[in-house]
Amino acid sequence: MKAPVALIAEDEPLLAANLQKELARAWPELVIGATVADGESAARQALALKPEMCFLDIRMPGWSGLEAAQAIAEDWPADTPFPLLVFVTAYDQYAVQAFDAQAVDYLVKPLDALRLAACVTRLRKRLADRTPQALQDSVDQLRALLGAHPAAPGGSALSGAGAPAPRLEVIQAGVGNTVHIVPIDEVLYFEAADKYVRVITAEREHLIRISLRELLPQLDAQQFWQVHRGLVVRARAIASAQRDDSGKVFLTLRGRSERLTASRLYAHLFKGM
Amino acid sequence: MIRSSKAPRSAWGTIVASMELPLPPESTPQAFAGATATRSLDRRLETALRLARPAATRAALVVLVSTIVALLLTAIHNDSFATNWIYSICVGFSCWFFIEVGRLTILRRVRRRAQQQRGVRSLLPSFRWFVPWVIISALLGYEVGIVFGNGLVGQKAPGLGLFATNPRALAVILIITIVSTLGVTFWWFACARLAESEARAESAQRVASETQLRLLEAQLEPHMLFNTLANLRVLIGLDPERAQAMLDRLIAFLRTTLHASRAGSQPLSEEFARVADYLALMAIRMGPRLTVQIDLPHELRDMQVPPLLLQPLIENSIKHGLEPKVEGGRIEVAARCDADCLVLTVRDSGVGLSQAGKTAGTRFGLDQVRARLSTLYADRAQVSLETALDADGGTVARIQLPLPTPVAA
Repeated sequence: MKAPVALIAEDEPLLAANLQKELARAWPELVIGATVADGESAARQALALKPEMCFLDIRMPGWSGLEAAQAIAEDWPADTPFPLLVFVTAYDQYAVQAFDAQAVDYLVKPLDALRLAACVTRLRKRLADRTPQALQDSVDQLRALLGAHPAAPGGSALSGAGAPAPRLEVIQAGVGNTVHIVPIDEVLYFEAADKYVRVITAEREHLIRISLRELLPQLDAQQFWQVHRGLVVRARAIASAQRDDSGKVFLTLRGRSERLTASRLYAHLFKGM
Repeated sequence: MIRSSKAPRSAWGTIVASMELPLPPESTPQAFAGATATRSLDRRLETALRLARPAATRAALVVLVSTIVALLLTAIHNDSFATNWIYSICVGFSCWFFIEVGRLTILRRVRRRAQQQRGVRSLLPSFRWFVPWVIISALLGYEVGIVFGNGLVGQKAPGLGLFATNPRALAVILIITIVSTLGVTFWWFACARLAESEARAESAQRVASETQLRLLEAQLEPHMLFNTLANLRVLIGLDPERAQAMLDRLIAFLRTTLHASRAGSQPLSEEFARVADYLALMAIRMGPRLTVQIDLPHELRDMQVPPLLLQPLIENSIKHGLEPKVEGGRIEVAARCDADCLVLTVRDSGVGLSQAGKTAGTRFGLDQVRARLSTLYADRAQVSLETALDADGGTVARIQLPLPTPVAA
């Protein structure tokens, strides 16, 4: 059996080196495939290396560990066993509660050798009994985590929930000296594009300088469904949804030709009544 | 002869005290206005009860002073105490009535003014303002009191009309009336002032304790503490000497933080020392992602400043500016004298203000610095947060304080 590969995502260099060292002691045959220091690199490297497990710090620059996990789960190929995820946190009551509730593996900093050994034992066992169900189980866990965590798809995983944002009535999209006012009712979907969000209406599309993460709390969740980490669609605009073997769901819209993809994390939204 | 007179009362102060002093600590004029508007029946009842007791006390004092005045008049004129006493009581209560009318009128105006402009310091106008009305009330109260007294006693004493026949007797009575009225009014007024300032001091004290607690919590944020300890634990194995140095920094940081959260002010050098400790800890944690530059001119070292002003801004810079930025950046902390103020700046080359909103909890640090400064300096101090304009981007936080006197070193 080939040696298992792990990915470490931890932004504090000493802690990353230490985790690597402690793992080498507790699990000598484990290979550390890569050590990265931010969430986006973690997702990218995980998808490239296809490790057996990922140790993800919760608070990292750019994407948090949870966001990295979400991206990994959304884009993971269906034919490869999904990595075991271990979250690492210094102090995060919300996250730890959620991890406990979902039976997700996690480590608390400072690392304790005994706890790490227990974690390694569990990981070995899980690795041995890994079933094809693993991806679906992880997706369910992550969905619950993202829902349970107040700041889940947010940057600082720890600050608790803020005041609810006011509902957005219109989108103000600036182009040069002009600002287009787009009533929210005309928007069909929002799509993240790097640091922008594309706003698509029946007639045209606009770019706004805001992240989807900031926009989301200002939208009515009944009307707009998040179907992917980078895609929020008006529910009424969706004509049909078709699931493929990998768990992805393809959406067709009323009066539009393009097909949108909902990730497996949100596939549960599209079930027959 | 009658005459009598008397007494005072004035409960101006007490009523003010009983109605206004239970101002809840946060009672800004707005809150006060809102409370008045929404007062329910229950609250009216409660208010009535609350007013009843001081009103009874005031009435008792009116009776007491009226009695003393009646004794005095009896001694002067050597006539019937009972008659003097009845007139005296009537005049006393009449004076009270007029003073009360004036007080309520003024109170209403003050309240309206308080609603219009923020920050009226006290709902009590100064006593000086009120003196003319107390004198007028004494004259009116005397005239009206005599009328009532006549009704009760069945005589026809002349009231102010006495001027025509015996101006000296009238003068004596009026002087006694006015003096006792003013005396009692002033007494109550002083009591109300005292109670008001006690309530204020108490609420200021409470706010201060809460602030101190929140500051401390913010300083000793568990995430920071545990991550620091995790690094320390690792360093102990790798590089004991550096670990010791880091531990020393942590100890100094904890010590000065605990101390500063209790102190009213401290030398700027101490604030900078704490900042240096904190940033040294962060530099170990963040490794090459953080570079630090600290600039405290020697001549500003002994300047007294409120404690923990820079710290929250630096934490913001780290947490909202540099931590979210994958490649990290630098942070510059500087102090300088500018004309008549001390300017402290914290500049980072982080993700900048437009991105900072992503991370929750951005405001607390800045808000509490702003709130503390406005308590200490009113509008003579300023805090600003703006986007850095040069190519590196990021954010500049700036605090401007009026120049304090440097303390002898």
